[in-house]
Amino acid sequence: MSLRSPLGRVLGLGSAKDGTSHWWGQRVSGLALAVLGSWFAWSLATMSGFGYAEALTFIGRPLNALLLLLLSVTMAWHSYLGVQVVIEDYVHSHGLKIASLLISRYAHVVLAAAAIYAILKIGIGA
Amino acid sequence: MAEFRLPKNSRITKGKHFDAANGSGNTRTFAVYRYDPDSAENPRVDTYEIDMDSCGPMVLDALIKIKNEIDPTLTFRRSCREGICGSCAMNIDGGNTLACTRANDEVKGDVKIYPLPHMPVVKDLVTDLTNFYAQYASIKPWLQARTPPPPDSERLQSKEDQELINEPSACILCACCSTSCPSYWWNSDRYLGPAALLAAYRWLVDTRDDATGERLDELEDPFRLYRCHTIMNCTQTCPKGLNPALAIAETKKMLVERKY
Repeated sequence: MSLRSPLGRVLGLGSAKDGTSHWWGQRVSGLALAVLGSWFAWSLATMSGFGYAEALTFIGRPLNALLLLLLSVTMAWHSYLGVQVVIEDYVHSHGLKIASLLISRYAHVVLAAAAIYAILKIGIGA
Repeated sequence: MAEFRLPKNSRITKGKHFDAANGSGNTRTFAVYRYDPDSAENPRVDTYEIDMDSCGPMVLDALIKIKNEIDPTLTFRRSCREGICGSCAMNIDGGNTLACTRANDEVKGDVKIYPLPHMPVVKDLVTDLTNFYAQYASIKPWLQARTPPPPDSERLQSKEDQELINEPSACILCACCSTSCPSYWWNSDRYLGPAALLAAYRWLVDTRDDATGERLDELEDPFRLYRCHTIMNCTQTCPKGLNPALAIAETKKMLVERKY
């Protein structure tokens, strides 16, 4: 029970002067994903019946590898921004919220790094 | 974490039934949420059968009839009975609206009446709007001009200038929009909600106001503004036909515009 005034509670710690980059980033990455995702869906459709070797050859082509790299990074970025919103919306315990945001951030970086490593390995054949 | 059930003391039980039809053929049933914090009882839904031949056309008329003739303990706010004061905002037939401007005929079947969703209930249909009003106060809903007014006249606006604030300033602060917004339900402690953001927009676009930048600074916050996820319940439910969702979208655009 606090006797702090309702206005004082609403003003809280003040404005974070932040959020616009996040909001704009969601739109920018979403637009990019619309293009990259369409290409990926179309590619998958043409790949039916591909075996392991054919799939490796497909990924190994320079343009495909480049587009896959862009898709992986953009998807991880877009997903991180989205998951952050979900956590901020629904997780109200402060400690749990910060922990969830950290785990989500690390997990997205790991996923993106793993995808980049895999594509480069196939593309360059390291 | 998110709670998926109401707390134990908020779960609604079956209430009393009042048959006040007096043998009339033209009757309607009104199911009304009842809660009295002074009793230890859970909220309940009482049902009232009313003779519609002796009742006015609006839901508010029925509520007043119930209070006058059947059950004087029923508590609700009302004042102007013509949609300008915003007092009788409540959840009718599943949507937030003003009881005085919603006709009984517009509702099919039993008329279900609940308080504004996800707000602390003071009694029956009366909710605690303290936080809502504090949020309105927080956006400084008054003219902030550094330009001195002309010495011999008022601050002038062109017709186009006035049209910018015409609609947003028609808000009556009934809280229908904010309390229909899921994002406001989950985060009303930090998210300002559509009503306060519409009011903020009204001053952002006021051509006599010189504090646009400071106002945007205060709004630019992941919670105050950006909890809006464009669900648009606010615009759908507004009993005055206003568009808070558009005002919020325009505010977000302004914030991007000043960055690039």
